[in-house]
Amino acid sequence: MARNIRFREALREAMIEEMERDERVFLMGEEVGHYQGAYKVSEGMLDKFGEKRVIDTPIAEGGFAGIGIGAAMVGLRPIIEFMTWNFSAVAFDQILNNAAKLRQMSGGQFNCPIVFRGPNASAKQVGSQHSHAMEHFYATVPGLKVVAPAYPSDAKGLMKAAIRDDNPVLVMESETLYSVKGEVADDLDVIPLGRANVVRQGKDVTIVAYSRMTHVAMDAAAQLEKEGISAEVVDLRSLRPLDEDTILDSVEKTHRCVVVHEGWPYGGVGAEVADRVQRLAFDALDAPILRVTTLDVPMPYNAKLEQLCIPQPDRVVAAVKRVVYRGQA
Amino acid sequence: MAIETNSHITHRDPSATENGPSNGLHSELDHLVSMYRQMYLIRRIEEESARAYAQGKIGGFLHLYIGQEAVGVGAMAALKPEDYVVTTYRDHGIALAKGMSPNALMAELWGKKTGCSQGLGGSMHMFDEPTHMLGGYGIVGGHIPLAAGVAFASKYRGDGRVTLCFFGEGAVSIAGFHEGVSLAALWKLPIVFICENNEYSMGTPLSRTMSVEDVTTKAIGYGMASDRFFADDVQEVERRIRQAVDRARETSLPTLVEVRTYRFRGHSMSDPAKYRTAAELEDRKKKDPVIRARAKLLSDGYPESKVTALEQEVEDEVTAAVKFADESPDPDPSILEATTYDGPFAS
Ligand SMILES: Cc1ncc(C[n+]2csc(CCOP(=O)(O)OP(=O)(O)O)c2C)c(N)n1
Repeated sequence: MARNIRFREALREAMIEEMERDERVFLMGEEVGHYQGAYKVSEGMLDKFGEKRVIDTPIAEGGFAGIGIGAAMVGLRPIIEFMTWNFSAVAFDQILNNAAKLRQMSGGQFNCPIVFRGPNASAKQVGSQHSHAMEHFYATVPGLKVVAPAYPSDAKGLMKAAIRDDNPVLVMESETLYSVKGEVADDLDVIPLGRANVVRQGKDVTIVAYSRMTHVAMDAAAQLEKEGISAEVVDLRSLRPLDEDTILDSVEKTHRCVVVHEGWPYGGVGAEVADRVQRLAFDALDAPILRVTTLDVPMPYNAKLEQLCIPQPDRVVAAVKRVVYRGQA
Repeated sequence: MAIETNSHITHRDPSATENGPSNGLHSELDHLVSMYRQMYLIRRIEEESARAYAQGKIGGFLHLYIGQEAVGVGAMAALKPEDYVVTTYRDHGIALAKGMSPNALMAELWGKKTGCSQGLGGSMHMFDEPTHMLGGYGIVGGHIPLAAGVAFASKYRGDGRVTLCFFGEGAVSIAGFHEGVSLAALWKLPIVFICENNEYSMGTPLSRTMSVEDVTTKAIGYGMASDRFFADDVQEVERRIRQAVDRARETSLPTLVEVRTYRFRGHSMSDPAKYRTAAELEDRKKKDPVIRARAKLLSDGYPESKVTALEQEVEDEVTAAVKFADESPDPDPSILEATTYDGPFAS
C-alpha cells in the first residue's frame, strides 16, 4: 500500500520513525518546537517527543551547529535544522572545519553522525540574501555527504538513510517542494545514499537534474516529446557521493547530456557532472555537454527578473535542442 | 513580566531627560508635529503595504514596523542628515525616518525600476545613498560588524559622522553581534547600537532566547556605555538616543542601547502570531506610540484641525506613492550584470 503525502510530511515521518527507533536522535533548530517549524516540517513533533528531543534554539547558527557536532562526537545523533540553508553560511565554519574534518584529523577515532537539513535555494521574491542554492559549497567538501531529493518518497527514504549514516549528511530540501505530493510506500525504509534514479526513459538526450530542477526537467521533457525529442531524465538525488554509473549509462545510451541546477554556473555540480561525463564517456558524446543554471548574478527581487534568473523549462528545452542540433545554433 | 512604565527600568543616566532641543516651546511643538507626521506616514505606508501584499503587488517577505515607529523616528531625530544608518529586514520605517521618499520605498516594494534599489532589493533591502541609508539586511546580525565598519571609516576619515545600527533582540545571540560590538568598543568607534527589543524573535519570546533579558548587561563585558528604556514616547526616544549620538560624535565612543518596544503584527505577513494572546496584544496597543504622540500634540496645544489636515496630507502622499509604484516600469534585465559588477566583466 502507498499513501499520497506531501514532501514536508515525508520528511517528518522519516524523523519521527527514526526518533522512535533510536533514543539518541534529536531535532534542534530555530522555531522547530513551539512554533511547529518555520515551514511546518516538524509540526507536532514537540508534542510527541517533548522539549528534551525537539529543541528550540536562539538565532545562533554557528553555536547550535557546533553543539550538534560536539554531541555527535560523543554518541548522540543530532538533526540540525537550518531555517533555510542560506543561514547556514553563518555556521559554515563549524560544518567545514569541524564536522567534515573530525574523522580524518582524529585518525578515524571520532565519527560525526549528524544530519543538517532545511529548505534550500530560491523561494519566491525573497531577495538575494535568502535565495542561494547552497549545495555547491558543501558538495565540494570531502567528509560530507549531500543529498537533494525531488519527490516525497525519496525525501523520506534518504532522510532515514541520512539519520542512520555515521557521517555528516546534509539534506537540501527545496523550499518550493514542501507542499508537493507524491506516493510513499507504507513499507518504505531506507533509500541508500549515492544512487541516482532514472525518472524518465528516453533515447535522444540525458537531462541530469536534482531537487526542484528534476521537476523542471520533467516539464521540459514533456514539451520535447511533443516535438519528437525523447529525453531521459536522471534525478541525482545524491550529490556526494555522486552516482557516476547511472549518469554514464544514460549518456552512453543517448549520446548527449544537459545538466540543470539552481546554483550559479561557476564551478559546482553541473561542472562536476560535465567533467566526469567528458572524461569517462568521451567517445559516447555526440555534442558538447550544456549546463542550465541560475544566471551568474545574485538573485534579484523583481518577480520577472527572478524568473529570468532561475532555470525554467523553456531554457532546458532550448539547451536540449542545441545538443540534438535542432533549433538555433 | 510586563513592565508598565519607563520608571521600572533603571535609567543609567538620570540627566538623560534634560537633554532635548532647547530652542523654545514653539519650535519644540513644531518638532513634535514633524515627528508625529513621520510616525503617521510610516504607519500608513505600512498599512498600505500590507494591503498591497494581500493583493499580490508585493512579493516575498514583508516585515512590518507597526508599533515600533517611535524608535526609528525618535532615533533619527537625534541625527544629522549626513549620519549613517544600517538596519535589518524590518527596514521600511527606518528608511522613511532617515528621509527616503515614500515613492522610492513603495516602488521598491513593488519591485519596480524606480524603487530605491531599482527593484532588485525588495522589502528587506532598502538602500538609499542620498539619505545615507546603508541598507536593510536579511541575515540576522550579519550587518552589525558591517555597521561598525562604517563607523570605522568615519573615524579613519575624521568626518565627524555617527552611525546608528539597529537590530532585534534575536540578533544578540549570534556571533556577529559579539564580534561587531566588541571591535567597536575596542577601537572606540562612533556608533550607537540600538537593540529594538520587541519581546519576540519570530515566534520565540524573550524568555526562551536569552539567559539574561537585560541586553545592556552585555555592554559591561565590552566596557561600553549603555542605556535602556521604553519606546512608547518618541520625544523620550530622541532625548535618550541623542545622548548616545553626542557621545559618539564628541568622544568617538560607542553605546549599546536597548529600547523596549512591541510589534503589533506578526513577524512577517506569513506569521499569524499564534504564540501570543489577543489580550497581550490589546494591552500593548494601549501604548500605541502614534496615538500617544497625537494626544501629546493636542495636549501641548496643537489644534485638532491642523492635526487632521496633516493626516490628510499624509493620506495623499501615500495614495500618490501607491500610484507611483503601480505606474512605474519593471527594471530591464540588462541591469542585472551592470549591478553585479562595477565596470565591464566577462565571467
Ligand atoms: C542568521 C539567520 N538566522 C535566521 C534567520 C531567520 N530569521 C529572520 S528574522 C528572525 C527573528 C529575528 O528576531 P529579532 O532579532 O528579535 O528581530 P525582530 O524580527 O523581532 O525585529 C529569524 C529567526 C535569519 N534571517 N538569519
